[in-house]
Amino acid sequence: MLDRRFFIAGLGSTLIVPAMPSFAMTQGGASKLVNSLVNDINGVIASGKSETAMYQEFERIFERYSDTSYISAYAMGVDGRRATSAQKRAFSNAFHTYIARKYGKRFQEFIGGSLEVKKVQRVKTWYEVSTVAYLRNESPFEVMFQVSDRAGKNLFFNMFIEGVNLLLTERTEIGALIDRNGGNIDAMISDLRKTR
Amino acid sequence: MFAAFMVISLTACTYNNSTGQVGEGVYDPYEETNRNVHEFNRSLDRIIVRPAGVGVTTILPDEVEDSVGNFANNLGQPKVMVNSLLQGDFRGAGVSTVRFLTNSTLGILGLFDVASDFQVPQHDADFGQTLYVWGVQEGAYIEVPVLGPSTQRDLTGTVVDLFLNPLSHYTDSPEKYYDPAASVTSSLSARGRYTDTIDSILYESADSYAQARLIYLQNRRFELGDNDSEVEIDPFALDTEGF
Repeated sequence: MLDRRFFIAGLGSTLIVPAMPSFAMTQGGASKLVNSLVNDINGVIASGKSETAMYQEFERIFERYSDTSYISAYAMGVDGRRATSAQKRAFSNAFHTYIARKYGKRFQEFIGGSLEVKKVQRVKTWYEVSTVAYLRNESPFEVMFQVSDRAGKNLFFNMFIEGVNLLLTERTEIGALIDRNGGNIDAMISDLRKTR
Repeated sequence: MFAAFMVISLTACTYNNSTGQVGEGVYDPYEETNRNVHEFNRSLDRIIVRPAGVGVTTILPDEVEDSVGNFANNLGQPKVMVNSLLQGDFRGAGVSTVRFLTNSTLGILGLFDVASDFQVPQHDADFGQTLYVWGVQEGAYIEVPVLGPSTQRDLTGTVVDLFLNPLSHYTDSPEKYYDPAASVTSSLSARGRYTDTIDSILYESADSYAQARLIYLQNRRFELGDNDSEVEIDPFALDTEGF
């Protein structure tokens, strides 16, 4: 019953938010965000810092440009509804580090490559910014960012690499970690801290 | 022969969608069998494919690896041509014809991708895609021994594509082994080249079966331009309080 009440409370808030359309966000704003994100990532890669230092930089970039609370909440899925505030906070922290490492490793493949913004398009209440990644010895491929101003400023809340969706991938991963720990959220969080 | 495959693929769409629905746009009624196959594939990868792939990438110079890839790719062009025609994609059929002729001659039997140097775009088509264009449903998710993730529609396509390759009809000549040999080598070389990415899915994720399934389906739908099966995520439709 408690779960249901929380769920309804959640629904209520989502019904109110879209009722206030955000005109603040523009096509230019969305593409500016992605351009500046791409520049920062390229800057870290080019800096030649140690791997650990790079991961810290990536974590900072992730926190600056992405809607971290949305991505964390989405990744936790329905299990988020029974999590305590302390668990949610601990999860978010562990999750940021995990994401920065996981995607940071992939970004290293971008050394000597580049991302170029190709197209920005409005979809309902958010923008989709399509970029093309040019990597050495690879056919160019598409990386798409979804940007919204849900949290009061432009932030990306999802990323697609050749159609593969970050949110769904991470929800699957976190769901599997929770299952592996017999539904224990604290155990999942400590597992997440251990993943490298 | 052809008709038999059509029957298989058409039965694929009559499966009842009410069971085996995993959510997130995944239809997997054979999950138990698939998971067993996945464990087999993972062992095969750990013991043979991964070491062989890493070996190929380490031993062969990049240029040789590229040439093997080009050669396999070029031998696949007749298949691309036929499938483009079957889809009514005449531009694509033209592109693959030009690619095949250019690379087979100037590219010395396809070892060099001269067509790309001439700015002829890359083009790919397969029978799974043709079935999609014809309106055949994706069907259930299937993990195939050795080959890995697929769907009923794509597996049908893979089998039909084997017969669309003209070289497969030279039953007695050694040439018929060129294509399989080149394909296997180029797959191994890809396994070696993308070691980190593939390892992270197979060995570092909490549930490698579910990850491989999700990634395959999303990427395949993206290739096909199938937006209908895509799960739409609304950034405002979630309670993020406390995160």
